[in-house]
Amino acid sequence: MTANENSSLLEITDLATSVTERPDVKILKGINLTIKPGEVHALMGPNGSGKSTLASTIAGSPTYTVDRGNVSYKGEDITHMAADQRARNGIFLSFQYPTAIPGVTLVNLIREAIKARTGEDVSAREFIAQLRETLDRLKMSEDFARRYVNDGFSGGEKKRAEILQLGMLRPELAILDETDSGLDIDALRTVAEGIKTLRDPNMGILLITHYERILNYIEPDFVHILVGGNIVASGDFDLAKRIEGEGYDPLLRELNISEEALI
Amino acid sequence: MTTVDPNVRNTVGEYKWGFHDTEKPLFMAEKGLSEGLVREISAMKEEPEWMLEYRLEALETFYRLENPKWAGSPDVLDAIDFDNIHYYVKATDTDSTNWEDVPEYIKDTFDKLGIPEAERQFLAGAGAQYDSEVVYHNIREDLEAQGVQFLGMDQGLREHEDLVREHFSTIIPSGDNKYAALNTAVWSGGSFIYVPPGVHVEVPLQAYFRINTENMGQFERTLIIADEGSYIHYVEGCTAPTYSSDSLHSAVVEIIVKKNARVRYTTIQNWSNNVYNLVTKRAYAYENAVMEWVDGNIGSKLTMKYPSVYLMEPGAHGEILSLAFAGDQQHQDAGGKIVHVAPDTTSAIVSKSVSRGSGRSSYRGLLKVHEGATNSSSTVRCDALLLDELSRSDTYPTMEVDEERVNIGHEASVSRLGEDQLFYLMSRGIDEESAAKMVVNGFVEPIVKELPMEYAIELNRLIELQMEGSVG
Repeated sequence: MTANENSSLLEITDLATSVTERPDVKILKGINLTIKPGEVHALMGPNGSGKSTLASTIAGSPTYTVDRGNVSYKGEDITHMAADQRARNGIFLSFQYPTAIPGVTLVNLIREAIKARTGEDVSAREFIAQLRETLDRLKMSEDFARRYVNDGFSGGEKKRAEILQLGMLRPELAILDETDSGLDIDALRTVAEGIKTLRDPNMGILLITHYERILNYIEPDFVHILVGGNIVASGDFDLAKRIEGEGYDPLLRELNISEEALI
Repeated sequence: MTTVDPNVRNTVGEYKWGFHDTEKPLFMAEKGLSEGLVREISAMKEEPEWMLEYRLEALETFYRLENPKWAGSPDVLDAIDFDNIHYYVKATDTDSTNWEDVPEYIKDTFDKLGIPEAERQFLAGAGAQYDSEVVYHNIREDLEAQGVQFLGMDQGLREHEDLVREHFSTIIPSGDNKYAALNTAVWSGGSFIYVPPGVHVEVPLQAYFRINTENMGQFERTLIIADEGSYIHYVEGCTAPTYSSDSLHSAVVEIIVKKNARVRYTTIQNWSNNVYNLVTKRAYAYENAVMEWVDGNIGSKLTMKYPSVYLMEPGAHGEILSLAFAGDQQHQDAGGKIVHVAPDTTSAIVSKSVSRGSGRSSYRGLLKVHEGATNSSSTVRCDALLLDELSRSDTYPTMEVDEERVNIGHEASVSRLGEDQLFYLMSRGIDEESAAKMVVNGFVEPIVKELPMEYAIELNRLIELQMEGSVG
């Protein structure tokens, strides 16, 4: 890699956000997070703690407004950059609830996305070869890729479609928002192993999850616990194992965090 | 010579067909409608007496009838100034089977519209109407040898008077509505098509209708007779110059689909937004026959068009695919009508509309099942997509079912171009405008995929032009 190994891929400083249409609803309250190339960061936390908001904000969703702090990516301040430009710069969000785009096939979407990302049209032949290889790794058929994006997909199919796009778009920073939820154990293994094999060693990952399961496949370098819009604890894989074993309450009591902070 | 009126600013994207020719026509009727004019048109065409009588009777009917009470935009419709229209404009005497015979400036216009090129590449035949008259029509020799007739309607009347007399105004009587009456009184041009029994025309025949003159009324009349077991796909396209005052396009299309025959009629209408498009289209489908309307309405000021299929005998099937895009200051009042007259008949209506800015689209449909049309089945589905907060969509489905042993389904949906869809596509690197186009093209895909590839590409392109500058 050409960039300095020590330079950060993503650097979030004191990030506070609210809901754009409801400015009184504050969600993130001062997040600090640094991800270096190749690192896997797991983000855990109770429902409603702001995990998806953080994911969407990094990807540039207009649903949230940044009230304070900033997000920088590869040394550039992207706090107010449009979502499409962020994606072209190499950020990818795997959605928790991907929306349907009826009439647009996955193949069509991926092809347009690659064109937008690279600025050129890949040859049909090269594209199909790459698509088949990626589909194979995810144990998916080509027919699947010819279906309309998320239209009538099961929960598991939606997650696979997200990872298919991840594999084809080869981002430098991947944000996986509960990619493991809604998958049975076999599907989880396929998807997790897919992520592992499709992953460039320099790709940074922010992995949002409720469960330790997926972390057994994609081992995290760091684990962060998000509660009430703040990262209240960071640690290594053991922290995730502890949460899995005993839930959040003992940790929160230890940290002297009240129940209200959970809301 | 071709010029673009510099005083006319187009409100939506850029209408690329807004140019007009400035050559003086061979004959242009004074503005306004009269019995004298109707007689003059008929005399110039050297028509049989019975046709003149039809015309005169229809003129009376036109004067008597009022604009439809149910019109969605009554004030827009009532604003038509019938005294400010040229009802007949003849640019040239030629109705040739050879493009070389067409006057240079008219040929240039059709060249720009890609008509001769399309004919060479993928059509079985092509026709071109310029203002009131057909200036060109031609059909592949092998089809002509099989007896397929593809003529301008005036020539059809001259060469096949018996067939025309047998069917003319039988599917759409002139009293059907005010504009069908007007068309019958002053009709000129249009296509006459006859397909002999068992003949399958595998590639489309296309007719292109071009209005050139300002304040012009174009009243083409089309009659298609598909004899037993035959097949034909007829495609029509339309454009007009952009002027600051209005033109009127009021066609009548009558189709007879005989036993075991199939007719597909595809329209890609792209009128400039100063054109009133008030068209009556109807088909009778007989035993086991199939009639399909694929109706794409992109431009115009106000379109009122509801292609109809009457299922006259058992086994007949009717299908209407209606697509409308209402840009700023446009009202697309479109839909379809299906009438189940006989038992064991089936039908489907699929309508997709997109509205943008002050544009408005209405789905207006009729599903009628006569008593005794047992075991009939029909599905109606209409989906509307609104691109912004301003745009509007309405649905007026009417069902008149006088028979109990039938199977009918109806579904409707309205959605707004969602922030979540845009964000999803943008998070893949696609810019906002392309993302919006993608969602819209996806929305209309179920209809576009029914078109031959060349037209599908063209329709997607027209929609993308309409979408220009729609976001951000």
